[in-house]
Amino acid sequence: MIRMENVHKAFGSNQVLRGMDLNIPRGSSMVIIGGSGTGKSVALKCILGLIQHDEGKIFVDGKETGTGDRDAFLARFGMLFQGGALFDSLPVWQNVAFRLLRGSLMRPLEEAREIAIDKLRRVGLRANVADLLPAELSGGMQKRVGLARAIAAEPEIIFFDEPTTGLDPIMAGVINDLIREIVTEMGATAMTITHDMSSVRAIADNVAMLHDGVIQWTGPVGDMDQSGDPYLDQFIHGRAEGPIEAVR
Amino acid sequence: MNALMLFLAVIGRLMLDTLGAIGRVSQFTARAVSHIVRPPFYPREFANALMNIGWLSLPVVGLTAVFTGGALALQIYAGGARFNAEAVVPQIVAIGIVRELGPVLVGLMIAARVTSSIAAEIATMKVTEQIDALVTLSTNPMKYLVAPRVLAAFITVPMLVAVGDVIGIAGGYLVGVQNLGFNAAAYLQNTVDFLEPIDIISSLVKGAAFGVIASVMGCYYGMSSGRGAQGVGRATKGSVEAAAVLLLAANFLLTGIFFSV
Ligand SMILES: Nc1ncnc2c1ncn2[C@@H]1O[C@H](COP(=O)(O)OP(=O)(O)OP(=O)(O)O)[C@@H](O)[C@H]1O
Ligand SMILES: [Mg+2]
Repeated sequence: MIRMENVHKAFGSNQVLRGMDLNIPRGSSMVIIGGSGTGKSVALKCILGLIQHDEGKIFVDGKETGTGDRDAFLARFGMLFQGGALFDSLPVWQNVAFRLLRGSLMRPLEEAREIAIDKLRRVGLRANVADLLPAELSGGMQKRVGLARAIAAEPEIIFFDEPTTGLDPIMAGVINDLIREIVTEMGATAMTITHDMSSVRAIADNVAMLHDGVIQWTGPVGDMDQSGDPYLDQFIHGRAEGPIEAVR
Repeated sequence: MNALMLFLAVIGRLMLDTLGAIGRVSQFTARAVSHIVRPPFYPREFANALMNIGWLSLPVVGLTAVFTGGALALQIYAGGARFNAEAVVPQIVAIGIVRELGPVLVGLMIAARVTSSIAAEIATMKVTEQIDALVTLSTNPMKYLVAPRVLAAFITVPMLVAVGDVIGIAGGYLVGVQNLGFNAAAYLQNTVDFLEPIDIISSLVKGAAFGVIASVMGCYYGMSSGRGAQGVGRATKGSVEAAAVLLLAANFLLTGIFFSV
């Protein structure tokens, strides 16, 4: 469903992506792992067109991104940003229901609010946070509101940038289950970035490891432990010694 | 020779940068205007902008105008006394406020109050990825953030200028009648008789132009903000500087157009 071919992206002299290839089948859950600063978030933004890649091609459903109707293209996506990116002038429920309050997916106010509260419940938040402002929430709560917003309009393709970072282990488990459920029950295609190996095992159908601007290893999650790839081994076992330098 | 080349190179670069900036700002303004006239519209954002730019600016505009009008009356009285022309206070206050000081001071206050807050707000949204989030939620930031603010400023700043004009004249009137011994009815009569429609029209046109300049600069600098808190700081500072300078330049230009004959 999503295919990246030889994608390059540099910021000035900082070469971030150097020919990234990736294929995500429809209805599957892909998890991207890789060191901090290797360009995982940049890769997501390139697919969405928030950042223009310098070279290479990205296809969604066989159609190259950046061509055709951008609104229709974006309406298929949901995205959880690494920093939450909640609109701080709007109360929580209007953040979650943002898409449902305007534009082509507009619903009546009451219904939008009900959907928002239902989505909040699914990420483990009570209805009484609905009327708070994002600044009044803890970091982990903001993250979960961001998650609720990403799934509110039930998009076909969902990107999660570190969904469980900053959450306690129980809540991380709830979120992992939720992401799994969205893929298996709603048939969505998911692409998740995470540093949490237990999340990887809980969420992933396939895993891809980004290193040095290219996909170093990719395969089904079951093959991850017997990959024989020294980079991947070092990463999943969190060893300081190995081919990946600790100072980057 | 080398020094001269270097000098020319610096001048050349500066001119190219300036031309580039003018091009980018013009393009940005054109895009903002095109989004004002094309649906979808965001009435709630527009209402908020009207409130923030128009209504909440009233106190600062009123205070600025009343003190300026009062001071102007005192100055003209003192200056006029040197050649026995004290009697022209009402006329000069009226013309000074309506043609120049009203629009300029209101414009500068708007640059200080509105431009800075628009720039800081949008720049913060940019650095915290809220602008990216808007885009992924199928909402065009030009339409959702920029268009309502520019339209609201275009509508409300002329009104603020009108209010400033009236209050400025009232400030001169108070000082004139209370301190300088003018007859109240005669002061008002002189003011009304002296002002021409063109004075008032120019005042309002300036207000509309300044409103557009102030809001566009806030939005432009906010949207092109760099990363981090420093980026927000730079954007805010740059927006107010640019708005103030452009506004004064536009004032000169408009004064030339309206009153050069
Ligand atoms: N808008 C930008 N302008 C300039 N450089 C950028 C920009 N966005 C990202 N970068 C650079 O690109 C590189 C990759 O950033 P990215 O955010 O994708 O890392 P990441 O893999 O998501 O890391 P983490 O796991 O820490 O989130 C970094 O070196 C960063 O400095
Ligand atoms: Mg990241």
